Amino acid sequence: MDPNTKALNMTSNSTKARKKVLLICTQSPYGGSLSREAIDYCLAAAAFEQDIELLFTGDAVLQMIEGQNPSVINQKNLTKTLSALPIYGINKFYVDASSLLQFGINEKLCLPTTKVDANEISELLTTADIILNF
Amino acid sequence: MKYSLVILGAPYSTQSATTALSFTKALLKSDHQIYRVFFYHDAVHCGSSLSHPPQDELNIPAEWQALKQTHDIDLVICIAAAVKRGILDNNEASRHEKNGANLNSSFELSGLGQLVDATEHSDRVITFGP
Repeated sequence: MDPNTKALNMTSNSTKARKKVLLICTQSPYGGSLSREAIDYCLAAAAFEQDIELLFTGDAVLQMIEGQNPSVINQKNLTKTLSALPIYGINKFYVDASSLLQFGINEKLCLPTTKVDANEISELLTTADIILNF
Repeated sequence: MKYSLVILGAPYSTQSATTALSFTKALLKSDHQIYRVFFYHDAVHCGSSLSHPPQDELNIPAEWQALKQTHDIDLVICIAAAVKRGILDNNEASRHEKNGANLNSSFELSGLGQLVDATEHSDRVITFGP
């Protein structure tokens, strides 16, 4: 079946306020494919103009380090896809400050992010209507 | 309350799909409704009609199939995640010129838009991790 054959009742919802979706990214960039599949979800969400924000925590902060060269392990560079997300209207990127500290990451990341502490993460979780945990 | 489930973990390798099954059964026993169950990442293997676990183990695809038959739950498998892992319905098998299809007929292959739709139309979306 064509992926879009099944009717999507998205447009009828346009008059009412869209839900705020928080996507929590927890996976390392190349240890598994879920990191990439999380971004694939973002692209689908962007196509449907969903109000989505991303939180990178734990190993996922490694996704955002610049200068990766994953072609040597037959992987595609995740930062290229990540840094394209603003083009699709996704602009809210939060990164867990304690995870950055844990990995000793001080350098510039591939996206403009807001560093958040535990209290601010708690606030993000509280204000989101829907939370996806990838 | 209207729930949707996202399942990420492979059946038999992780507890993800089994926990999701228990959660689904608990929801159905209560006053809640299930809007959709979306299988993504390695959980697409839940839709294989070829898995054959030993008799003393839970038959996860058959359990989902039974829930589909008794409660008409919407079981959607991400088409992109499924096709690259070799879970194919008849259309995909012929489109990609493969010699067989293996999708259990209780499941449906569709796009990630179905998950976006589920987040918009459910009160709660519960992720069962990898």
